[in-house]
Amino acid sequence: MSAAPPRLVSPLRGLFDVYVTEAKVAIAQQIQYRAANYMYMLGMIAEPVIYLVVWQTVAEQQGGSVAGITAGQFAAYYIVWTLVRNINIVFTPYGWEERIREGQLSAQLLRPLFPIVEDLGFFLGWKPVVVLLWLPIALFLSLVFHPVLNPTPLAIAVFAVSLLGAYLIRSLNQSSLGLITFWTTRVGPIFQLYIAAELLLSGRLVPMALMPDWVQALANVLPFQWTFGFPIEALVGNLTTEQLLRGLAMQALWIAIGSVLVRVVWHFAVRRYSAVAG
Amino acid sequence: MRALRLSWLFFRIGALNDLQYRANFWLQLLQSAIQLGTGLAVLGLVFSQTPALNGWTQPQLLAVMGVHILMGGVIGSLIQPSMERLRQDIRVGTFDFVLTKPEDVQVLSSVREIRIWQAVDVLVGGIVLAVAIGQVGASLGPLEAAAFAVALVIGGLMIYSFWLVVTTVAFWIVRIDEIAELFQGLYQSGRWPVTIYPEWLRVSLTFLVPIAFAVTVPAQAITNRLTPDVFALALGFAVVVLVVSRAFFRFGLRHYSGASA
Repeated sequence: MSAAPPRLVSPLRGLFDVYVTEAKVAIAQQIQYRAANYMYMLGMIAEPVIYLVVWQTVAEQQGGSVAGITAGQFAAYYIVWTLVRNINIVFTPYGWEERIREGQLSAQLLRPLFPIVEDLGFFLGWKPVVVLLWLPIALFLSLVFHPVLNPTPLAIAVFAVSLLGAYLIRSLNQSSLGLITFWTTRVGPIFQLYIAAELLLSGRLVPMALMPDWVQALANVLPFQWTFGFPIEALVGNLTTEQLLRGLAMQALWIAIGSVLVRVVWHFAVRRYSAVAG
Repeated sequence: MRALRLSWLFFRIGALNDLQYRANFWLQLLQSAIQLGTGLAVLGLVFSQTPALNGWTQPQLLAVMGVHILMGGVIGSLIQPSMERLRQDIRVGTFDFVLTKPEDVQVLSSVREIRIWQAVDVLVGGIVLAVAIGQVGASLGPLEAAAFAVALVIGGLMIYSFWLVVTTVAFWIVRIDEIAELFQGLYQSGRWPVTIYPEWLRVSLTFLVPIAFAVTVPAQAITNRLTPDVFALALGFAVVVLVVSRAFFRFGLRHYSGASA
């Protein structure tokens, strides 16, 4: 009576199975915690509503528009923002901090799987639940703030693809940042600097058109705006076909850089790991 | 009196505990600096486009920001830590230990934890406020100062009541960890005077989540914009929410079934 040998599947198929399973787990878990999900989402939605109200007020005082953006366009920008932000929820460096400090990583290291793949799959699987819960909020915000947008079919398609791009860029960057905890134990201050940079340089705080020229120039050489400003403006900003395709290319570039970076950092980081517990 | 002595005792223990970790002071200072920097950047952006926002000038909005940071420091150091501990205790069942103590359960639950370094924000907010008052240039008499102090205290009490009510929900819904995120998100709205928000939101931020009373009203007091009727309303509403939140907490308490025993 010998045990059956493990069934082997091709690596790619195996990876696909991992993603599907992680997604199923995420969906089951998050549907169970609907109330928690909603609280989290409502807290998050306060941020763009505040920006939106402030800029609509400014626009109205300035005779209808600020830097060429009307009150209705601000509404469209910040309502699409809420979807992009929800898609942009990824495993945070704080998660890595806890994982390493509490020694949970030990169990993960035993699995024949790159831990970041697990995170990517889980948070991606969470998204359908998030979008489902988001729909009524978007409807409500639209009724209250009257967004104005008229995207072309191409813009909608690019928007959809760019959401995945934004998710991957942000995931990979935050994973690399999280891996810093292998050295420092605490990642809070570095992460907060990162978030402050993201706020100012991504279009999360205000559409980049409102920023001074030098800030826009700086943003052009950094990954941040491809995770917020670009997806949003793809849908609401009436971008040209060239701008849309260039944006996707930039996202692809930053995904490539992020993938390499996280692999390199991991390579050095994991050697530093000494289990604390678990 | 007994409640005050108890609070002071826990405050001392908490302070001694936190004082062991002095590096946290610098981390908190860095965090406050980042927050202040982004806040000032937004203010600068807004006022590069307009001379006044809904009748509020830049120095006046700076005063609002100062009060917002200051109150945030009070919440973060005195109110939120105990409430988070309460939520945690209810969830895992260690709330049993609070119930067995011969003290008022609500008082004990509300003073057990402090985070002293969070009070850095009280300092930072105070400095921002002082600068703002200098820029506003309005005469600040003892009456305004007293009104400001009272408005600040009752605003803090209202925020405490709000936290107590939402934390009490943990007696029914076990996992409400996201309450903190929800509150942080909503609290950000206090960075601007609530008068700029559409009516449904303004009413919610006044009577549902009392951020208007906690930030805007004190800021109005110190910038000479507070009318006596608003002040009276704040006082009256504070009494109401204190009574209601206590009643709700006691009601919730009856639903506690323990989780550990």
